[in-house]
Amino acid sequence: MSRYTSLTDDDLREMLAAIGVDSIDELFDAIPASLRLGRRLDLPEGLSEQEVYAHLRAMAGRNVSAEDELTFLGAGMYDHYVPALIDSILSRSEFLTPYTPYQPEISQGGLQVMFEYQTAISELTGLPVSNASLYEGPSAVGAAAYLAKLANGRRDVVVSRGVHPHSRATLETLAPGYGQAVAEIRLSDGVTDLAALEARIGPDTTAVIVQQPNFLGAVEDLEPIVAAAKAVGALVVCACDPLPMALLRTPGELGIDVAVGEGQSLGNRLDFGGPSFGFFAASQEHIRRMPGRIAGETRDVDGRRGFVLTLQTREQHIRREKATSNICTAQVLNALAGVIYLSWLGKRGAVELAELMLRRADYARRTLAALPGVRALHDQPVVREFALALDAPVGAVLERCAAEGVNAGYALGREYPEFADGLLVAITEQRSRADIDRLADVLGRAVAAERSTSMAGARS
Amino acid sequence: MPAADESYPADLRYHPEHDWVRADGDEHVFGITWYAQDALGEVVYYDPPKVGDTITKDSSYGELESVKAVSDIFAPASGEVTAVNPAVNDRPEVVNEDPYGAGWLVRVKLSDPSELDSLMDEPAYRAYLAGL
Amino acid sequence: MSAGAQTPNGVATQTPQQREEVTTIYERSRPGRRAFSPPALDVPERPLDELLPERLRRAAPPELPEIAEPEIVRHYNGLSKRNFDLDSGFYPLGSCTMKHNPKLHERVAALPGNARLHPLQAPARAQGALELMWNLERALAEVSGLPHVSLQPSAGSHGELAGVLLTRAYHADRGDERTLVLTPDTAHGTNPATVTMAGYEVVKVGTSPDGGVDLEDLRRKADDRVACLMLTNPNTLGLFDPNIEEIARITHDAGATLYYDGANLNAVMGISRPGDMGFDIVHFNLHKSFTQPHGGGGPGAGPIAVSDRIEPYLMVPRIVRTDDGEGGAPRFDLEEERPKSIGRLRGFQGNYGVFVRSYAYICSLGAEGLREASEIAVLNANYLLALLRRPEIAPYLPLAYGERCMHEFVLSGAPMKRDLGIRTTDLAKRLLDHGYHPPTVYFPLLVEEALLVEPTETETRETLEEFAEAIGAILREAAEDPEIARNAPYSTPVRRLDEAAAARTPVVRQPVRG
Repeated sequence: MSRYTSLTDDDLREMLAAIGVDSIDELFDAIPASLRLGRRLDLPEGLSEQEVYAHLRAMAGRNVSAEDELTFLGAGMYDHYVPALIDSILSRSEFLTPYTPYQPEISQGGLQVMFEYQTAISELTGLPVSNASLYEGPSAVGAAAYLAKLANGRRDVVVSRGVHPHSRATLETLAPGYGQAVAEIRLSDGVTDLAALEARIGPDTTAVIVQQPNFLGAVEDLEPIVAAAKAVGALVVCACDPLPMALLRTPGELGIDVAVGEGQSLGNRLDFGGPSFGFFAASQEHIRRMPGRIAGETRDVDGRRGFVLTLQTREQHIRREKATSNICTAQVLNALAGVIYLSWLGKRGAVELAELMLRRADYARRTLAALPGVRALHDQPVVREFALALDAPVGAVLERCAAEGVNAGYALGREYPEFADGLLVAITEQRSRADIDRLADVLGRAVAAERSTSMAGARS
Repeated sequence: MPAADESYPADLRYHPEHDWVRADGDEHVFGITWYAQDALGEVVYYDPPKVGDTITKDSSYGELESVKAVSDIFAPASGEVTAVNPAVNDRPEVVNEDPYGAGWLVRVKLSDPSELDSLMDEPAYRAYLAGL
Repeated sequence: MSAGAQTPNGVATQTPQQREEVTTIYERSRPGRRAFSPPALDVPERPLDELLPERLRRAAPPELPEIAEPEIVRHYNGLSKRNFDLDSGFYPLGSCTMKHNPKLHERVAALPGNARLHPLQAPARAQGALELMWNLERALAEVSGLPHVSLQPSAGSHGELAGVLLTRAYHADRGDERTLVLTPDTAHGTNPATVTMAGYEVVKVGTSPDGGVDLEDLRRKADDRVACLMLTNPNTLGLFDPNIEEIARITHDAGATLYYDGANLNAVMGISRPGDMGFDIVHFNLHKSFTQPHGGGGPGAGPIAVSDRIEPYLMVPRIVRTDDGEGGAPRFDLEEERPKSIGRLRGFQGNYGVFVRSYAYICSLGAEGLREASEIAVLNANYLLALLRRPEIAPYLPLAYGERCMHEFVLSGAPMKRDLGIRTTDLAKRLLDHGYHPPTVYFPLLVEEALLVEPTETETRETLEEFAEAIGAILREAAEDPEIARNAPYSTPVRRLDEAAAARTPVVRQPVRG
């Protein structure tokens, strides 16, 4: 008997009698004998709670987490501090264990959370309509391409090479199903090459997709990109990093149609990549093409203020094969962490945090680029993350740093062969000047050691 | 204004998908019947065709939505849309309140008025509803 | 006195929550308050314009709340009390498998080695995480009877999309152009929506009088234009389709793949396996059968398992295991380069936090425990069904199909509507006053006034008996005065809400202040 069920022998006997069968086995009579497994599953025996804890703790102990090293690794997910009140509120059963709000009368808490979350995302992006969240960032980029298909039915998705490689890969995966083709626009000095973009877009372009700041950390000047896309009647989709958005010109200000992005940095743990949430906001004209759940305000029969899921006719359970998406729920618990985090930061704190990252990232870039064998990969403005070019094999350099307890960042070479020894470095608010100075020391010695090794190799 | 009482005016012609058509000068006016609005429930949104669109008999020319359903609106005859009722976009519930009057959906210049001959008159439509 | 103040027994009152006017976090904001104290600026302060030119900056800061920690905590604790949840009571929401979420799982998921592990950490320094994922893949392969697993999809809907895109890649690789996907007319709305997003057209297959797939209809429709047949088994009616082997034969003879929507896997774990039934692709809902907390509507995870012929197309990255051949610890790695792969469906490796919880669950239950969970789920469903077949209930709420059920069953409220004048939605709303989450209502669409009930193995016999009593009491009450149910609920934080007004004039965010 498992500790998660309550059936006693007496219960079993009396329940079977009430049903009118002699055994549990009889309840499975509809399954032909040939399809019965007829053996025990080839899995280990069940364990006690203590044993399961010990087993999982031992496995977790074989991972090197952000707790165990000084990390500058980002590239889409970031080691920001998650305030304790988020753990406390998210652990409440009332938020943790309900399902999606099918019965609004007993789901007001969750529905109001969605409404508050939508407001916060709308404020960050400057766009009037946010949904209640999607799975995560790259799939939200894919969902934006589907909105473009519904909006104008054109074929070509034109995406900047500055968009996260996982987002671009997701677009490629989805394109055959959407009937779209994906074209990529190269980077020039760290940002989307405007001339190449203008040359590539035209009447077949359904959407232009950019990222802000882009994968190399550079803040893109989006105004001419938006103008070029609008001139050919294409939608503009911007994948935004939400914390820098406290400082940056908003998609709303720029006339961008859809803003999406990865929400992990808003109060969600790293969790080896998930669960987090993807946000999705759009201009008013696209409200009926939005994917996913949307909460709206209304009144009950007695005139009390309340919230419901609204515009549900967009969704799969009603519109079926004509739905705006196949998604059934949202990432409500992760979005709750997001809205608590943004409330915790507050109007001034969001700006202060972004400015702190901006100043430390600038200090870090200047400090690191001054090291022998290290230079900035581009000189564009950055907020939290920047790219360096090493005059040494980046993999070996990273190994040397790791041996000293420093994770120096993300090696660009696999996704960007043109930056073979590129290194992407993220400076969250958890990395102090002293931490940056330590990185400079460790990285400087690692690069020097690798350069002398390769020079020694060249001499021999 | 409450939902209308059940009625099927004698001056209309009816399509089996529960749409009606009324002659008005050189043009015709389309809408949905009392039965259709009752089945759909409270109408919350109207997605109309554009003025100038050509619509085809027995094909969908727009959508009406309630909270939990989407309904295609079928053209009882073919022609070119000359007007869309703005009142239904402003207050979709007018379709429930007055389906044959203020809740009309489009005005159409018919391309082949003889198509109307295949539609039902009021007694035929009532008999059709009784058989559903 | 408004009608809304009438409680079930007719006594006029309001609950404290009903008296309280709700405010949003934005309405609690006051200029100058704050919860965040920023770390000190410890680097030289250069002018902002030098770092980020003004034309790249927004005109005004986002209007986020200004509020201190105690008020944030009170606000969200207050909101939490306006939710019903599984830890508070019975939640027989059909097709959603609302089973207990063991508390241990939150503890192990929060271990820093899991919670603060970066997804791009070098595999050599994430061996524990990769081994956990490998082990979970192996367990899911064993439960499904299909050898190859990808954990990547983020939800059931995402797993479905993966499955249909894999089907597309499989046919394309053989140079076989196909355009149609078959789904039963009882299918969940996600199936047809997924089919469209994967570039196919949906064709519905009928349901036979006994609730299974209409084999004649399937034979008529399964031709060389069909790419895939998507099924659940047990199906949406809570019935195991005994013709599944014949269905698989017809589908495979037509050259199509057979897809298993794992929404109902909780009925058959350790008892019967989709792979053995002939399915090529299966998705799991880890938030259903494997107890990831539903979180108010996410997160979840929708891993897929596939047969050998589909394996080359699986998403990247894949986890690979290497043994050193000398009895040392195996090494785990992420493989990105797979020439026939459909690619990625999302960022990184999937919802690892969900994997940790589901893996812990499988470790706790083991082989016998998983089978027992399914057995008790089916026992509980059949017992509740037996209780609801009593003469004072069954004539109003008959079982839609069959005699018994698997882990869930569908009742029709059509006679109740006709004879008592209350609809399924009224019954559901009245159940709220009795302290229950109602079953799924108006699904499947095939059954008039449908009520889909899934009690899961979590519930005690007493809970099932009390629930049946409540159903009986509501029907008796409706026979006397149907208005009570028609106007229910009375005791909830809000009563029936005006959804039409919300849809006509959508207010989807707090209005801008100032």
